[in-house]
Amino acid sequence: MSVLVLAEHLRGEVRAVTHELVSAGRSLAPPVTVAVVARDPEPLVGAVRVEGVDEVVTVAAGTDEFENDTYQQALEALIAARRPRVVLLAFSVNAMGYAPAVAAKLGLGFASDVHGMALEGDSVIATRSFYGGKVDAEVAFPGVDTVLLLLRPTTWPPAEGASDAPVSSLHVDVAPSRARHVEFVDVAASTDVDITQADVLLSVGRGIGDADAILQFEGLAAKMGATLSVSRPIVDAGWMPASRQVGQSGKTVKPKVYLAFGISGAVQHLAGMKASGTIIAVNTDPDASIFNVAHYGAVVDLFDVAEELEKLY
Amino acid sequence: MKTIVCVKQVRTLGDEVEFTDDGTDVRPDYVDLALNEWDSYATEEALLLREAHGGEVLVLTCGGKESEPALRRCLAMGADRAARVEGAEGNDAIRVAHALAGVVREEGADLVLCGVQSSDSVQAATGTALAELLGLPRVAVVTRLEVGQGTARVHRELEGGLADVVDVEMPAVLTIQTGINKPRYANLRAIKQAEQVEIAVSQAEDAPSASRVRRMFVPARGAGAEMLGTDPAEVAGRIAEIVRERTA
Repeated sequence: MSVLVLAEHLRGEVRAVTHELVSAGRSLAPPVTVAVVARDPEPLVGAVRVEGVDEVVTVAAGTDEFENDTYQQALEALIAARRPRVVLLAFSVNAMGYAPAVAAKLGLGFASDVHGMALEGDSVIATRSFYGGKVDAEVAFPGVDTVLLLLRPTTWPPAEGASDAPVSSLHVDVAPSRARHVEFVDVAASTDVDITQADVLLSVGRGIGDADAILQFEGLAAKMGATLSVSRPIVDAGWMPASRQVGQSGKTVKPKVYLAFGISGAVQHLAGMKASGTIIAVNTDPDASIFNVAHYGAVVDLFDVAEELEKLY
Repeated sequence: MKTIVCVKQVRTLGDEVEFTDDGTDVRPDYVDLALNEWDSYATEEALLLREAHGGEVLVLTCGGKESEPALRRCLAMGADRAARVEGAEGNDAIRVAHALAGVVREEGADLVLCGVQSSDSVQAATGTALAELLGLPRVAVVTRLEVGQGTARVHRELEGGLADVVDVEMPAVLTIQTGINKPRYANLRAIKQAEQVEIAVSQAEDAPSASRVRRMFVPARGAGAEMLGTDPAEVAGRIAEIVRERTA
């Protein structure tokens, strides 16, 4: 058995999810090899040499930032060189851009948004969700030598500490990417309030129904001394700016109290708020995923509760 | 400008669930069917491209006859033609990509648009696998698209509120994120007309399988939330109390 992890990095920083992949790999089928792909990978090596890493491989290729063709070619070369049984990547926007291509080309076993893994003899079994998280499934990969799994972020604890894992380099001739990085744009930047600094967030989602309700909840939040934040559908609809969005593609928040009104709790939303001190969820759907992470909950119409809250402040 | 949009008729679960006899999926009578949310944005984006650059929009799905309402919804929005390929439908995104690739190869296109993911399987894999099988460049999770001469400039939505501006050679496969546009509603007349359009049907080539669901089950819930009751006044009172305690 052996596991290959590809490090994720952005603007010169190794992303935390890389350390989660290491601990997931270590608990499944060590030894764990971590590969770093960048124009100059050396400065990133220290940050990936955490406890549980048995080997670091650098691939000096491409540009400073992620480009999908470069990562695809590098991963194919790494698989050919190391013959890992399992390849672990983050279920991230970067991996979505090349991992399925590698799996399709090499005929690998493949599953994404994986939140559980087990070995049965020599076989890897992955657990992932279907149907909006209402159902889980065990997925098998019969008849393949290598399985490529994209793991759900913030599921495994990040590996910490340091290791004295040997570092080697792999030379890969990489053709330039046909999709080229130009620049980054901070779409959540604004002169608006910073929701990550709030003690109390009143967060609203699809359940509020229409744009007019935003004004009402802004008023309520102000009365309560809370800050209004939202889930993705509200930003998609253009009712609030991206700077107010909680979740993987928005901000990660950790207020003392997080009030979720009309938010069902998509995985991407939960990843951005589950570390909050106290979570209170109000939703008319008793099966909503938000209740799995909430400390307090109420299955009741959010407008009725809002009306009663208005009277109390 | 010819654009092919790959769409999926997704399955949503109600409050109750029962599994098939072999335990590998939910029983069809416990699901509702609808056009995948991401795919309505992809279809709208293709229609906007046609309005700006001319050409045509073909919508394509991998599925049986029960998937046709998704195609007709896209036709009602304004797509010119619809096709479906059957024999590879299911939860294996890479197998679906193989099936779609056969049709896309025959049709040819300047752009192929897919939704980022389907709401029922959430693999976020079909578009990128399809690009590989077609030998095309691709960008996943696109929130902005401008087509130029032989290239497109796109925004790729990264985690944490950051966008990566990317130039991609065309033809290309792009997976489209929600919020990129405002999908139009179809009017009643268009819906009626879409019912009459003939949908081209073909059979999937033999495609390898990348995964197999061996068991589905309702996950065990954690300790769960402490419930605050069902009386709005009581719930509001408790919320105010908790907020006061935790911020004191």
